Amino acid sequence: MAGGTVPVPTPETAPFWAGTLAGELRIQHCNSCGKHYFYPRPFCRYCQSRDVEWRTVSGAGRLVSYVINYRPLPPADPAEPQVIALIELDEGPRMLSNIVGVAPEPENLPLDARVRVRFEPRGEQALPVFSLDQEAAR
Amino acid sequence: MTSMHGGSVAIVGAAETSEIGVLPDRAMIQLHAEAALLALEDAGLTAADVDGVATAGPLPLEVSHHLGITPRWLDGTMVGGCSFMLHVRHAAAAIASGAADVVLVTHGESGRSRVGVGAYRRNAESPQGQFEAPFGAVAPYATFTVPALRFLHDRGLSRRDLAEVVVAQREWAAENPRAFRRKLTTVEEVLDGPPIAYPFTRDMCCVVTDGGGALVLTSAARAADLPGSPVYLLGSGESAEGPMMSQMDDVGSFGAFRRASAEAFGTAGVTHADIDHFMGYDAFAHLPLYMLEDCGFVGRGESAAFIAEGHTRKGGSLPMNTNGGGLSYTHTGMYGMFAIQEAVRQLRGQAVTQVPGVTISFVQGVGMFFGAAGSLVLSNRRP
Repeated sequence: MAGGTVPVPTPETAPFWAGTLAGELRIQHCNSCGKHYFYPRPFCRYCQSRDVEWRTVSGAGRLVSYVINYRPLPPADPAEPQVIALIELDEGPRMLSNIVGVAPEPENLPLDARVRVRFEPRGEQALPVFSLDQEAAR
Repeated sequence: MTSMHGGSVAIVGAAETSEIGVLPDRAMIQLHAEAALLALEDAGLTAADVDGVATAGPLPLEVSHHLGITPRWLDGTMVGGCSFMLHVRHAAAAIASGAADVVLVTHGESGRSRVGVGAYRRNAESPQGQFEAPFGAVAPYATFTVPALRFLHDRGLSRRDLAEVVVAQREWAAENPRAFRRKLTTVEEVLDGPPIAYPFTRDMCCVVTDGGGALVLTSAARAADLPGSPVYLLGSGESAEGPMMSQMDDVGSFGAFRRASAEAFGTAGVTHADIDHFMGYDAFAHLPLYMLEDCGFVGRGESAAFIAEGHTRKGGSLPMNTNGGGLSYTHTGMYGMFAIQEAVRQLRGQAVTQVPGVTISFVQGVGMFFGAAGSLVLSNRRP
């Protein structure tokens, strides 16, 4: 991946970014309504309960939609196309990320493909990005 | 107190800046001012008559002070490009309740030349700054566009259907000397154009221009004493989801379009069959497809065929984006003002390419990349 902006954690999101640095995808689960939710906040996005906890999830999901951005803006490398993708985690929440480890061509990126998280350094943080799950494809 | 809907409030003045396109000799605030003064002249009113000001971009007090207006009502609602649909709606409520008598709504943006705008500042601590921007979702063409493949895939459509939107709208722009892109095009030409963000090529993305527009609203009673032809607000609606495209409730359908348009139809007391003309904010070619379905003009999966078969073109059952739209006419950054302007021109019989017999126009706006929506039902007849 050819760089980009560096996320700056807030107190409420710090456990997420501590997780990615530790090689784990941590998202929140609501103990009241039973749903996982994203992005991080100390109450449930669906029922507003404060009874929530962090869980380390599998990092498996599917490719919902994407663009291949041929014109990345600095600080990303303008010469390297980015696959900007919507990923739905198996636990339910959807997140934006990048698909890496595959040439950025539409034929390599079928919708609903199984994907799996991996982590790439960005500044002092680690970003959760996704690669196609070759095992699931077999 | 009268109703805000049903034609009790009217647009009595409307104008775009005398030029739009590439205007490196004018600062952003001057684009507001130029449009505002022209709209007041169009209404037969002066700045001294205005007691309410609404705008997005600069603060309303910056605009009112710049124009020498002393407001007793201000609205700085900022929901991106559809802010002006919400301003019209809020102005109608203010006028109906007596909180304002004459409201000026202004837009001006030096979107292309960036004069008097200042540097863009990113917030790397915001939810978007943490969870979208690091992955490259920064420019509109790499953010607003991300859901489109899903929409197409779930309906058995393809990029050709995005290109058809461009081809249909270019036909309206070709006749319009103010339009930025005027050359008739084909599906093949659009698909072969410079790639921007697959599946989008250049002409599937809006133009980037400088320009402004302004509206003057007052009560229908006062409008009757003014020289121009009033355009009445029959109904309106607004809704929002959030500032993050990645978190929209349904990737293939925008809930705020559904809710805002339903409220606009409901408050206007009209049905889809009553609509003679449609303006659907088209920053990118997938948006008219979403809107036609989400606003209920066609059923799910029918939008692309509706456009390809010519129903939105000249002589069609629902002439759409008759100025050429954001894809071909102009797009300063917040295009909603120009969509309303074209609806007003059509209803006054003053459009460059006039649709015969327009009585009711529906205007659908979108803002902040599937963040917010505003809908207006406008008519040249008071019910």
